[in-house]
Amino acid sequence: MSTYGRGLRGLSLATIATISLALVLVFFYAPLDADQGFIQKIFYIHVPLAIVSLCGFIFGGVLAIGHLRTGDRRWDLRSYVAIHMALIFGVGALITGSIWAKASWGHWWVWNEPTLVSFLIVVLLFATYQPLRFAIEDPMLQARYASVFAVIAGAFVPLNFLAVRLAQQYVHPRVLTLTGGNLPGSMRLTFLISLLGITLLYATLWKYEMAAKNARMQVRRLRRALLGDDAVPAFGRSAAPS
Amino acid sequence: MSLVFAAPALPLHSAGKYVAGAYIVFVALILIYVAIMARRLTRTERDLEQLRREVEARQSEEDAEHEYQGAAR
Repeated sequence: MSTYGRGLRGLSLATIATISLALVLVFFYAPLDADQGFIQKIFYIHVPLAIVSLCGFIFGGVLAIGHLRTGDRRWDLRSYVAIHMALIFGVGALITGSIWAKASWGHWWVWNEPTLVSFLIVVLLFATYQPLRFAIEDPMLQARYASVFAVIAGAFVPLNFLAVRLAQQYVHPRVLTLTGGNLPGSMRLTFLISLLGITLLYATLWKYEMAAKNARMQVRRLRRALLGDDAVPAFGRSAAPS
Repeated sequence: MSLVFAAPALPLHSAGKYVAGAYIVFVALILIYVAIMARRLTRTERDLEQLRREVEARQSEEDAEHEYQGAAR
């Protein structure tokens, strides 16, 4: 049995320290953007949330490959938690992006902007993961179908990203490019620390969720071993192997 | 600390409300998640407590049975 709680305290402290440092840098170190002014400060939270969310979806797909290769349902659970977390971060990116759009463009949403719409499509695609998963009663089938979905949808994420990058008509700012982007040094440092903080937050929350699910699973196993199958109530809506 | 005092005041009157809104959304998401985790942890603790009570009850039943069998012999 894996112990997901190992190293969680250190990871949590590192996350708190990095996010605190990022907030100090955002508000007291990074200069005001000449074009956007104070509104640009949203960028330090919105872009890392979007990047980590997309990477989380891919991570979920990679973990699902582990399940399809080995048949071990713990890989499916890891994939489920990775996608669940990425979806929360994705919603955060959508809301903060929408606030930025309202402040910068005067609209909460712009439908003819490929970056926004493509990100919404990815989030909506993964929002169907849970209903699909829990529509299947057989736990083995549920895990297999969910893994197939996670792999295919995970592969769609970089393809979608590339398609948007190749699009010519966009107004959404480009922050990261192969040549290092157009950020000055202090802004780039602040952005990188923010990105690190959000990545650590994702890793911490993933481990917390896994540790919680693992603890519940162990309680159920103990109950079954001590009191028999009848003593264990139906699991309800859960991806955890019983 | 001097860095904090040297920093310019945040322009909360205009663009600041949007920036504050975005960061509040971020903090709210984390707080909601922590609240959900706390609820789950309470449920797991309750289950563990219930399991411990059931095991103890079972043990005391077995002990009583052993005592009865010993006395019968």
